[in-house]
Amino acid sequence: MAKEFEISDEMRAQIGKESPPWLHEVTTTSVRAFARGVGYTDPVYFDLDAAHKAGYRSLPAPPTYLGTPVFIPGRSSDTFSGPTEGQPAIKHGLPGLLDGGTETEYFDQICAGDTLVVVSKVAGLDVRESKSLGKMLITTNETTYTDQKTGKLVARQRGQAIFY
Amino acid sequence: MAVTWDVVKEGQELPALEKNPGVTQLVKYAAGSGDFNPLHHDYAFPQSKQIGSIIVHGRFKYASLGELVSNWLGHNGRIQKLSCQYRGMDTPNSPIRCKGVVKKKWEAGGQKLAELDIWTENGKGEKTTPGSATVIFR
Repeated sequence: MAKEFEISDEMRAQIGKESPPWLHEVTTTSVRAFARGVGYTDPVYFDLDAAHKAGYRSLPAPPTYLGTPVFIPGRSSDTFSGPTEGQPAIKHGLPGLLDGGTETEYFDQICAGDTLVVVSKVAGLDVRESKSLGKMLITTNETTYTDQKTGKLVARQRGQAIFY
Repeated sequence: MAVTWDVVKEGQELPALEKNPGVTQLVKYAAGSGDFNPLHHDYAFPQSKQIGSIIVHGRFKYASLGELVSNWLGHNGRIQKLSCQYRGMDTPNSPIRCKGVVKKKWEAGGQKLAELDIWTENGKGEKTTPGSATVIFR
């Protein structure tokens, strides 16, 4: 548990820097894998006929699923599967990590067959204190998801991570 | 039965979705989402030992709230915005009840919209994951 923690100029300099784009694939198999992981029983997320009948062009991405990042050993995180190359990194030295919150805005329906171009940045840094975890660094990340074919922004996600 | 715009009323409750994920379910979620943080499957991981258990992915609860809204909406519209905060940890093999209520119903710019309060409750009835959603009806 950290008693003291301050945001350094070096950390602050990372705010707003955009990562290089990375591709996320949405496939019928990846939609089914996510839907199984959550525990869906709605056939629309599994069965193409049911998806077409419900008015979708293919299996729709279940809420909060924004594709699977293309995984390349050495360039992707073995733990979180996202890219590590060129990503804005805050060197804070705090060992604990918890998720703080997530907000997703959708501008269009994402379906299997889509490839999304994903760019993220650190939007903000904050220090808070809790009785049980001590001084915590709260990072806010903003990630945009653009359809590779149409160039249209389809989703934006903001997430808070808690380091302690 | 899926809801339609005409029958939506402010104060209406969404049919609750009850989950009770075991370790195998969390492993499936890890595979589906790509989040292999050992805190969600490895009891020997230092952070798990410190907490006293592995914990359910916050994002599993977020996705479950998405399922709650999706089941209610029944593809008669789409989610425009979905958010939640991870206020309390949940451990495997304990109930996670996803609930929601219609907070507001309105029309704007030719769109039929509803805002929902959504949350998960643990076995003690504590809201561990409060959130909100905005949906657009067809």
